Amino acid sequence: MTTVRIPSPLRRYTNGQAKVTVPAGDISTLIDNLEAAYPGLKGRLCDESGQIKRFINIFVNENEIRTLQGEASAVTDADEVSIVPAMAGGH
Amino acid sequence: MTYLTGAELLQRVKRSVAEIDVYQLKEALERSQKPLLIDIRELDEWAQGKVKGAFHLPRGLLEFQIENLVVNRDAPVALMCAGGVRTVLAARSLAEMGYTNVASVAGGFGAWKNAGFPFETPRLLTDEQRARYSRHTIMPEVGEDGQLKLLDAKVLLIGVGGLGSPAAIYLAAAGVGTIGLVDFDVVDASNLQRQIIHRLSSIDRPKVESARDTIAQLNPDVKVVGHRAQITSQNAFEIIGRYDLVLNGSDNFPTRYLVNDACALLGKPLIDASVFRFDGQVTVYDTARGGPCYRCQYPDPPPPGEVPGCAEGGVLGVLPGIIGSLQTVEAIKLILEVGTPLVGRSVQYDALEGEFREFRIRKNPDCPVCGQNPTVTELIDYQEFCGVPHRQAV
Repeated sequence: MTTVRIPSPLRRYTNGQAKVTVPAGDISTLIDNLEAAYPGLKGRLCDESGQIKRFINIFVNENEIRTLQGEASAVTDADEVSIVPAMAGGH
Repeated sequence: MTYLTGAELLQRVKRSVAEIDVYQLKEALERSQKPLLIDIRELDEWAQGKVKGAFHLPRGLLEFQIENLVVNRDAPVALMCAGGVRTVLAARSLAEMGYTNVASVAGGFGAWKNAGFPFETPRLLTDEQRARYSRHTIMPEVGEDGQLKLLDAKVLLIGVGGLGSPAAIYLAAAGVGTIGLVDFDVVDASNLQRQIIHRLSSIDRPKVESARDTIAQLNPDVKVVGHRAQITSQNAFEIIGRYDLVLNGSDNFPTRYLVNDACALLGKPLIDASVFRFDGQVTVYDTARGGPCYRCQYPDPPPPGEVPGCAEGGVLGVLPGIIGSLQTVEAIKLILEVGTPLVGRSVQYDALEGEFREFRIRKNPDCPVCGQNPTVTELIDYQEFCGVPHRQAV
């Protein structure tokens, strides 16, 4: 099981939990498993074609998946995945 | 009991100290492997004139601060005083500390001047400034030179809201000499929960004016330039071009992409941050130094309405205080050229969990702004880019 950090705008899908654990293997499996456990979450992360939305960063440990192998990036139980969407707030 | 006169002591010490004359010094300073020239005179003497590039470390502090200035005990050091007497004794002292390559400049600054060599009058802090900034200047990473850099710096804040408030206050307190403020809004009662530069009496007043009043109460060294306007593709180059670096504290995506592109195209460092609810993030985009930009991190904006802002989702009032302060730290580091800037690194703060985390942000070789074959070479229509209806230009 891999730990996934959920940003506050998406915690309403995870019953307010900041960290959840799901089985992984790679990022697309992880996202499908997130969706199975927390329905609606995948639609916030991926567009209709299943691509990660371009204003969302997904990090495996400290590295963004676009700099790894994208959705095919490997994830082990020892890794920590963080979802970091763009935020505009500053005022 | 035997004793020595001052002159006898000097004669004795001179035998063990290397001396160079001002001609040798001038030649040495023109070499690429030049010695560090340390002027050990008192402040009032130094204020009258100094050799260009000399460091000031008065005799009374020499032994206590030399290790901050000269880390390598074998590095070449030349010591200068007014006439070349004090430096003989100082050189012996440094030799006792293990410095192996110290020379006393014979004849001192007087001989330098008499030889007709160029000198300059140092810029100095005023007595008031010396008192105000003493906790800065005592640190070798800042010093008087660093404080003068801060006083010379021009920093632009996009937005005088949650992030801009602490940033403006700390930049002003730090003595950043010119602070530009871009904000079109007036102060609203709902701002006071977090926008600490504004006061109850500021409600309905333009934010740039309210902020200017607060800063004026804090530090007379600071010149505030208010830009009571929205930053647009039409005015961005003109406004940003006047400053050394930019802090982004805006509240919408079109402005974030606009400010990113303008800073990247102008080669200005952009200290970007955003906050939402209990989360904050901060990073430095500095494409002129080879770092990534906002578009490398977030290639496209979210569709309108998909990512709520603080007005819809809320924000813990103190959170922008933390994140805006981190932006200010990065600004001061860049101005002083100390430390390691957050270039290519994003720091995320999760206030609920009480955790800071750091992520790597890599430059995207295909970035349309800072990549190898840029397609965005001038400012575009950012409302359209973000798919939001045009705001009325005011």
